[in-house]
Amino acid sequence: MQALTNRAKEVSRKPMTLLEKLYLPAIAKGMLITFSHIFKKQPTVSYPEQKRPFSPVFRGLHVLNRDEEGRERCTACGLCAVACPAEAITMEAAERLPGEENLYREEKYAAKYEINMLRCIFCGLCEEACPKDAIYLSETFAPANFTRKGFIYGKDALLIPDAKTDPEGYAKARGIGEPTTAD
Amino acid sequence: MSEQPLFKVTIDNITIEVPAGTTVLNAARKIGGDVAPPAMCYYSKLQGSGGKCRTCLVEVSKGSDKDPRPMPKLVASCRTNVMDGMEVKNITSTKVIDTRASIVEFLLINHPLDCPVCDQAGECHLQDLSYEHGKEGTRYEFQRRTFKKQAIGPYIQLHMTRCILCYRCVFVADQLTNKREHGILDRGDHSEIATFIEKSLENDFIGNVIDVCPVGALTDKTFRFKNRVWFLKPLDAHRDCPTCSGKVTLWNRGDEVFRVTARKDEWGEVESLADGKPAWICNSCRFEKKKTSDWVIEGPRIISRQSVISQGHYAGKIGTHTPAETFSAVHGGRQPKLLMDIHAVSEVNQTDIELSLLERPAHSTDFHSEKD
Repeated sequence: MQALTNRAKEVSRKPMTLLEKLYLPAIAKGMLITFSHIFKKQPTVSYPEQKRPFSPVFRGLHVLNRDEEGRERCTACGLCAVACPAEAITMEAAERLPGEENLYREEKYAAKYEINMLRCIFCGLCEEACPKDAIYLSETFAPANFTRKGFIYGKDALLIPDAKTDPEGYAKARGIGEPTTAD
Repeated sequence: MSEQPLFKVTIDNITIEVPAGTTVLNAARKIGGDVAPPAMCYYSKLQGSGGKCRTCLVEVSKGSDKDPRPMPKLVASCRTNVMDGMEVKNITSTKVIDTRASIVEFLLINHPLDCPVCDQAGECHLQDLSYEHGKEGTRYEFQRRTFKKQAIGPYIQLHMTRCILCYRCVFVADQLTNKREHGILDRGDHSEIATFIEKSLENDFIGNVIDVCPVGALTDKTFRFKNRVWFLKPLDAHRDCPTCSGKVTLWNRGDEVFRVTARKDEWGEVESLADGKPAWICNSCRFEKKKTSDWVIEGPRIISRQSVISQGHYAGKIGTHTPAETFSAVHGGRQPKLLMDIHAVSEVNQTDIELSLLERPAHSTDFHSEKD
């Protein structure tokens, strides 16, 4: 039979020689390989003290953005939810009342906004669909949790802290100071 | 019909025979598909509508058999009657396609493009028109026209900035209701839809201005900001209404009726009843019957597959029945040991808040949160 590629090898079924039957040389050879790795560069990092740099196109946990004045950008237009292939995003819109102009950018806003992280596949289509630059995939992971209840992320978890009132939280949510390959 | 002579007209190389007195637009609509020119102001159920928006312009390359000269300029197909042997070019004419792109640009000059906020998005004719016939960019650099906000009654929201002055709502008020109380004030660039001396509209059929409005200028206040149309399930339903036909489309989320509209045909116009009259619906059907128990549901409404409204809607009986629980059947009669009820965690669609029954848009005061 003609082989499809020339990489196929016949299995050798010859009986072992005396040297091979002793096994000791093979064990010594294996030990030598193991010890030689002590002097090689470590491929692992000790997470979480050390962190691997993210690629600049990494798609992590979502954040809901604010504008320069700290107002929420999202207008609950529903394009992220309709673009979402996993149907993870749900929202409820409300009308801005007089006096709430410093909180919401437009007359309509998302009163409730939820991402079901059990469903989310981090494809980033919501980010692409957003006409208001309101939703972004940051360079942070969704943290692990013991119950499934903890994976329904509401606005309290998604909305980015205000850069003016909470600069530390803002930097953390943006992933500022974290190593990236972009640097 | 037998007395009326049939005229042969060729639109985009498709020949059709129509009775004399038919407009080019209606002849093209008989052929259907891409041949039918778009229309923003013409509404076949409203007398005198048409001739204002210029989106339906077509090229007449041969006037008629008797006078085969082409018409010198593009003509508005909604206002031009067919002649015997007429040849019309719509999508086969580069002139028409070019002009239509310019007309879209004109219509969008003062349009605020606030589609993410607008309730009409997804079923807006201007959105479709600019998507299909317009250009991507704008060349307009000046301040867009704005108006002072005006309340026109408890049920209807007027956004004058989005208006394209098609006059359809004025014709509705004129022809459907006894007394017209709104019209167009001022002239030219300043013209605006307004109720005369701040009178609110209280006629029984005035809600139909919402259905005829091709853009988001007149929208339903009881539906305002509640949900996007493409997340709702359109259902055909009827009820025994003393004032109107009672045949409507319900826009549901689960069992909640978020919006009631008239049934619309493929041209975005109100469907005709069996007796040929348009199925306008009255205000009480539209604004006050927001419970599923008020209606007899006939079945899901068929929406064009190209429409965003049919996105995320699955074929079958979804919307009219709840799917059966399959867990115990698959696991030999065993019930799940752990079950997460999404309503116990999720703050969206809370069972104790009936958004659909609010007569106004939801405000921050209508929501509560356990997390705050």
